[in-house]
Amino acid sequence: MPERRFRVWRGDARGGGFQEYAVEVDPGMVVLDVIHRIQARQANDLAVRWNCKAGKCGSCSMEINGRPRLGCMTRMNMFGADEVITVQPLKTFPVVKDLVTDVAWNYERNKRIPPFKPRPRGADGQHRMMQNDVDRVQEFRKCIECFLCQDVCHVLRDHDRKDAFVGPRFMIRLASLEMHPLDAADRIPAVRAEFGSGLCNITRCCTEVCPEHIGITDNGIIPLKERVVDRYYDPIQWLARRIFGRGGEH
Amino acid sequence: MVNVSELLTYEHDVLVVGAGGAGLRAAIECSAQGLSTGVVCKSLLGKAHTVMAEGGLAAALGNVDARDNWKIHFRDTMRGGKFLNQWRMAELHAREAPDRVRELEEWGAVFDRTRDGLISQRNFGGHRYPRLAHVGDRTGLEIIRTLQDYGIHRGFQVYMECTGLDLMTDGGRIAGLLAYFRETGRFALFKAKAVILATGGAGKAWRVTSNSWEYTGDGYGMAYEAGAELMDMEFTQFHPTGMVWPPSVRGILVTEGVRGDGGILTNNKRERFMFNYIPEKFAAETAATEEEANRWLTGDSTARRPPELLTRDVVARAITREVNEGRGTPHGGVYLDIASRRPADFIRKKLPSMYHQFKELAEVDITREPMEVGPTLHYFMGGVRVDPDTQETTVPGLFAAGECAAGLHGANRLGGNSLSDLVVFGRLAGVGAARYVRALPAAPRVPDEQAATAIRRATDILNRESGTNPYLIQEDLQNIMGRNVGIVRSDDELKTALREMERLKAEAARVKANGAAQYNPGWHAALDLRPLLITAEAVTRAALERQESRGGHTRVDYPDERAEWLKANIVVRKGRDGMETRRHERPAPPKELADIAYAKIEDLEAAIART
Ligand SMILES: Cc1cc2nc3c(=O)[nH]c(=O)nc-3n(C[C@H](O)[C@H](O)[C@H](O)COP(=O)(O)OP(=O)(O)OC[C@H]3O[C@@H](n4cnc5c(N)ncnc54)[C@H](O)[C@@H]3O)c2cc1C
Ligand code: SF4
Ligand code: SF4
Ligand code: FES
Repeated sequence: MPERRFRVWRGDARGGGFQEYAVEVDPGMVVLDVIHRIQARQANDLAVRWNCKAGKCGSCSMEINGRPRLGCMTRMNMFGADEVITVQPLKTFPVVKDLVTDVAWNYERNKRIPPFKPRPRGADGQHRMMQNDVDRVQEFRKCIECFLCQDVCHVLRDHDRKDAFVGPRFMIRLASLEMHPLDAADRIPAVRAEFGSGLCNITRCCTEVCPEHIGITDNGIIPLKERVVDRYYDPIQWLARRIFGRGGEH
Repeated sequence: MVNVSELLTYEHDVLVVGAGGAGLRAAIECSAQGLSTGVVCKSLLGKAHTVMAEGGLAAALGNVDARDNWKIHFRDTMRGGKFLNQWRMAELHAREAPDRVRELEEWGAVFDRTRDGLISQRNFGGHRYPRLAHVGDRTGLEIIRTLQDYGIHRGFQVYMECTGLDLMTDGGRIAGLLAYFRETGRFALFKAKAVILATGGAGKAWRVTSNSWEYTGDGYGMAYEAGAELMDMEFTQFHPTGMVWPPSVRGILVTEGVRGDGGILTNNKRERFMFNYIPEKFAAETAATEEEANRWLTGDSTARRPPELLTRDVVARAITREVNEGRGTPHGGVYLDIASRRPADFIRKKLPSMYHQFKELAEVDITREPMEVGPTLHYFMGGVRVDPDTQETTVPGLFAAGECAAGLHGANRLGGNSLSDLVVFGRLAGVGAARYVRALPAAPRVPDEQAATAIRRATDILNRESGTNPYLIQEDLQNIMGRNVGIVRSDDELKTALREMERLKAEAARVKANGAAQYNPGWHAALDLRPLLITAEAVTRAALERQESRGGHTRVDYPDERAEWLKANIVVRKGRDGMETRRHERPAPPKELADIAYAKIEDLEAAIART
């Protein structure tokens, strides 16, 4: 079995550094497997989050060779045979310990988003929605809350504007509510003011790292920005939309 | 010495342990009933097992086939459970599931649609009609996110990454929970008038499992220690289709939706072997030839269902037999083929996460090649014994719901019946707990020494000089269970397992975790050993007791169902000298329900059509 070299960041809020581990790697392994092997054999107290091991829960987010990734979906055979693999915690959030970060900010922001507000059911007691009217919303609802997009977005990462911008994850959550065919609430003023849609300058870095391949920028953020523009700079069109129903994008 | 008065302390009317579908639905109900409610969970919110569910949730909405009805769902559930289910629970479940699904829609869930814009439903094993409301193959994500995003506005408090260790009792009544925060290692005392356990199952006692690290049977362990009863623990569900290759993903689930949407099972001779394993009981409702099964797939309503959609116990045993008799694949599984049955874009649309999972983890393109699959430990039919109407356990003030509770599924669970279980019985547990709290004359008190004992037991693991590595004990247990308490069991092997467990218990008493209490997975793994071992022993003892084969429990030495065993459920409880088992007599079912469950399907459907 080939031995591979890993550099894993160990430490906590007070500081830390990289520690080297030599680990045997079996065929088919992913980075999270290797971290677990280190944990079982060399460092019992190495902290890492995970649940599903199949890219479904969004727990195992980390930065692998500088790129935000899910540890459970990063196969070892994508690296060169003697490449050293560097693993560190998400940079945008405060470190708790080793690879675990404090992502509470995301949960707090989410709470501020005005909840789904359904329109009344039809006369037959049913809600009717056509599949092609919900495709886009379903795309956004694939989000596993791994927060890799939050990690990579420069507004949060480099400029630390967590006070002014909710980040791509919650922009698409807002979009999923705004485009939900049954929803009757209006969040557009808040998208602009409280949630800071103007701070996104469409670099698309978030879309690139999303493990669910959600078109965060093109399908979510840009249409939201357009709605903001319509509302604030083109009130006639907005009014028309209010009168003749929602619609626009599918 | 531990000073209990200095502990972090929280107070609620009801404390819910677990934030999967069952826990969240219970908490929503408690809040709606005006109670102060807290929720503790081991992971972050939204990461519980429920998020991994794929195929769908079962409810007789009748959107795709109008002939469906709660009575047929009920009949399917009883037959799937080999009639060992709690009749009343199976009835409540089938009757209430459609309302719970509509409620999820009202809270924002976006299920796949039919051509008329209604909630679409898919076929699944053991369900007579297309019945599973779904979102592609990520239904669990949709459900947990809907409950989460609705729940955060309902006023209950969530304590994330907080693990419950021991239930606190006051004169036999529930008084709270002693827990610790994973991040800091700090202990916390939750005082509560009622506790609802929604902690899920215990797949981590086996090596090949679809379950995550969270599934260490904590609810079973805590309930057992507090004096509650466990029931039906011998019935463990091996899902027929887990991944088998590469080794590091062995056990990860391949949804039954693949077969529901047309996938077939073949052996290394490319024979569609399931036709050789159709049980007599199901012969009348199963296709007899490939030709008929193919007609069913094209929507011919006169054709019967393909044998790949027989219940999970039947399919898992068939696969095991094919592999054992040398007809398996190179990596010890069988082939699951949808590539030759459906066009590539259909597969990518209906099974996107399976497509993704195989491509990323196994480098297999399921739109072109078959998958290799084999059985994986998936689900606990058994669990904490509860009253069917209130979900209360035998300990006053202690409730249980979801996978953690026993009763709905009997000897075998139908796919899709768990997600519906969570929302139906999660809600009922909330109703039951609220009624209990309101009737409680005075708030219970947590005796200091109970909390102190729990803390001491936990800190000893860190403080002792040296001891066994917790990961090695867990691995040891997993191997013992895999070897001796697998799909097919025998008296000999079960006794061997019990002997080995005695050794492990002794080792677990000396387990040592290195490092500090702050976010220390080694310590967490050590603490998980107690509930894991209790669960493993309960399964093994119950399996030894039940001298027959039924549903998820198969004995080589008693290969058939035996009528006398239909008369009792096996109950496990803590006795003075260790674990005790007893047979709990089943009362005769109400006549109306028995008539439905035992009716010939044609007669039942004719009767439904007349009303
Ligand atoms: C891969 C997979 C696919 C599945 N697909 C389907 C499907 O398509 N249809 C279907 O019906 N069923 C399916 N199932 C089964 C179903 O998903 C589970 O049975 C169900 O989600 C369990 O829900 P729950 O609410 O009971 O518990 P879970 O969702 O497992 O939640 C348990 C909660 O308890 C918490 N907890 C555990 N112990 C403690 C403790 N000591 N202290 C504090 N908190 C604790 C956990 O942190 C978690 O929050 C699937 C299961 C798996 C694994
Ligand atoms: S596109 Fe917008 S949200 Fe996405 S990374 Fe760039 S700035 Fe951030
Ligand atoms: S949008 Fe994509 S990257 Fe962002 S949290 Fe969701 S799944 Fe992760
Ligand atoms: S462990 Fe769930 S996404 Fe990696």
